[in-house]
Amino acid sequence: MAIREPERIWWKPFSKDERMWVTVAVVWMLVSFLFMPIYHLYGAQNPPSETYKVEPEAFDKLVTKMIDKYKVGEENGFPIVHPDPNEPVFIRAQMWQWYPIIEFEKGKTYRVHLSSMDIQHGFSVQPINLNFMALPGYDYVLKLTPTTSGEFHIVCNEYCGVGHHTMVGKIYVKDAAKTAAN
Amino acid sequence: MANQDFRICSESGLKVYKNAETLIKWNVIAALATLAVGGLMALLVALTRWPSVHLLGLTEYYRFLTAHGVDALLAWILFFEMALVYFASTVVLGTRFRGVVVGWISFALMLIGGALINVIIIMGRADVMFTSYAPLKADPLYYLGVILFAVGALIGFIMFFVNVVYAKRDGGFKRSLPLGSFGLAAASIIGVLTLAHGAGIFIPAFLWSLDFIGYIDPSAYRLVFWGLGHSSQQINVCAMVAVWYMTSAFVVGGKPVNEKLSRTAFVLYILFINLASEHHLLVDPVLSTWHKIVNTSYMMHLAVLASMIHAFAIPASIEVALRKQGFRSGLFEWFKKAPWGNPAFAAVALSILLFGFLGGITGVIFGTEQFNIIRHNTFAITGHFHGTVVAGTTIAFMGFTYLLIPCIFKRQLIWKGFAQIQPYLYAVGVAMLSIGMMSAGAFGVPRRHYDITFSGAPFSFTFDPAIDMFMSMMGVGALLAVAGGVLFILIGFGSMIWGKEVK
Ligand code: HEM
Ligand SMILES: [Cu+2]
Ligand SMILES: [Cu+2]
Repeated sequence: MAIREPERIWWKPFSKDERMWVTVAVVWMLVSFLFMPIYHLYGAQNPPSETYKVEPEAFDKLVTKMIDKYKVGEENGFPIVHPDPNEPVFIRAQMWQWYPIIEFEKGKTYRVHLSSMDIQHGFSVQPINLNFMALPGYDYVLKLTPTTSGEFHIVCNEYCGVGHHTMVGKIYVKDAAKTAAN
Repeated sequence: MANQDFRICSESGLKVYKNAETLIKWNVIAALATLAVGGLMALLVALTRWPSVHLLGLTEYYRFLTAHGVDALLAWILFFEMALVYFASTVVLGTRFRGVVVGWISFALMLIGGALINVIIIMGRADVMFTSYAPLKADPLYYLGVILFAVGALIGFIMFFVNVVYAKRDGGFKRSLPLGSFGLAAASIIGVLTLAHGAGIFIPAFLWSLDFIGYIDPSAYRLVFWGLGHSSQQINVCAMVAVWYMTSAFVVGGKPVNEKLSRTAFVLYILFINLASEHHLLVDPVLSTWHKIVNTSYMMHLAVLASMIHAFAIPASIEVALRKQGFRSGLFEWFKKAPWGNPAFAAVALSILLFGFLGGITGVIFGTEQFNIIRHNTFAITGHFHGTVVAGTTIAFMGFTYLLIPCIFKRQLIWKGFAQIQPYLYAVGVAMLSIGMMSAGAFGVPRRHYDITFSGAPFSFTFDPAIDMFMSMMGVGALLAVAGGVLFILIGFGSMIWGKEVK
């Protein structure tokens, strides 16, 4: 019994049922084991790991530079930026906004740099539900290829103070043909 | 040594020493009291998350959510675990508590620390959630409260080993600990390791809040914090599994078919579970891919193997015991004739079922690198851990309380009829709560979020209307669970005060 000391020799061989169960569990575990690296190597969507240290001020300058160069419009006071796919894209998290609005082209691959100016924020792209952390002091590089065009929102899903629930940003994905006119 | 120091528990035949008994009693009382506070906060928070009710104001919501996390996860669980490790290292072995003064110091530290944290939170000086992610800063007294509480708990886990060493000397056991105590030994080992991480993060955070340290790296904070925050969930898993074994032994005389298997499984927990802590950091910057894969996915599966073993061993032990009692006809007579009306037994059965199918499976899924991208920080995560630490650990501890009341408090349960349905009511509520949260999270609904209609945001965004149903499911589940929780608290305290004395 679990509340009594076991008999003198409890290191007994396993019974048939136990052997079967443990074998099935081990096999299942090994399959799951193997799938971790296999999926990472052959799957289409993995969390990136490319990171750089960055001072908030330095990151802010990069954001401003990108906006100056690629601004194509404005919405609710937020600049809309249509960057060149060959150049880095910057998204700044700050209490309580995602800045600026980025307009991507469908099918192109971008390097999106994500960082925070103040505290931790949660970068959550809706409605496709892609989630990454935005930390101050770190530049997190997401390699992103939009595959559907339309309008997306960035919601903050890490608590960041009283304005947390108002921290909503925006992303556009345009079909390449349509944006060519821009 | 006078013989009047102890009595024989009439229910179990265990030898209960007076000094251990009093300490266990007070830890259980503190646990129930903090669960009551945590449960009240849970009700208010859940009714705020339910969009059609949206009860609390903005600051109260975050404040009470912080308090709910601290009181339920930290205070209720750890106070009860103190009672468990003391029970398993004295009563189960039939020996006295060695250095009971130290046990009381531990209790006092936890009480003072817990009270301090609550006061600071309610004063609005620590609206930081129980994770207090730097650079979000709380009042220094908040960190001090956590440190006092954690040091208290650390002392308690150390007292487990002190008691065991003396018990061996005094003949409490000869070669191996009984399995229940062995499981709590695993819990205590993980406890000591985990609380060391706690010191590693809360002491610097305390100094930082006092301006003695200028900067805390947010990424390093997350890493060390989860060394505490997640690994301590493995204390809970070990303690819960030990409770499963002990309850099955107390109620039906269950005996593991092979102790070798069950004990090996506990060792797997100790060895591998700490590494799984890093699944909180899967979509963080800084850590490399292979680091994430090895630490989370690989090692996690070895811990999962341990759970698979327990999931076999415990039902098997119950089946064997019931068949021995004569319920042999067909495959399932033993199952039908199991003591479903005994709340301790029912709680353990529900705990095994829900922990496995709700908490465990979702944990393994959300803990993989790719799946984590589409679940991290959504409501699905909250759903997952209400499947583990509430539907699993809390229900198991509730069931064990029904055994401790006659054995340690020497009282019979009051309201037997209500006690019979309590585990079912609570379990159904928590299951609905958890499934509602998981489903809403699948549509992207964030956790820790005051207003998912985003009023006041620069851009308007609405979630898929399907979430209405799931958020309501969460709300109704919360009401049922709170009803079950209130019943538990009333039966628990009521029995301690008005229950008929057990001779
Ligand atoms: C009646 C039972 C309970 C109900 C209805 C309930 C409900 C909730 C709700 C609605 C949230 C809010 C999630 C959010 O807004 O992000 C929450 C969070 C949480 N609950 Fe519970 N809960 C219950 C019991 C428990 C218990 C017993 C524990 C611990 C053992 C617990 C641990 C937590 C934790 C750790 C959080 C996360 C807090 C955070 O995100 O900072 N809950 N619960
Ligand atoms: Cu934010
Ligand atoms: Cu936020």
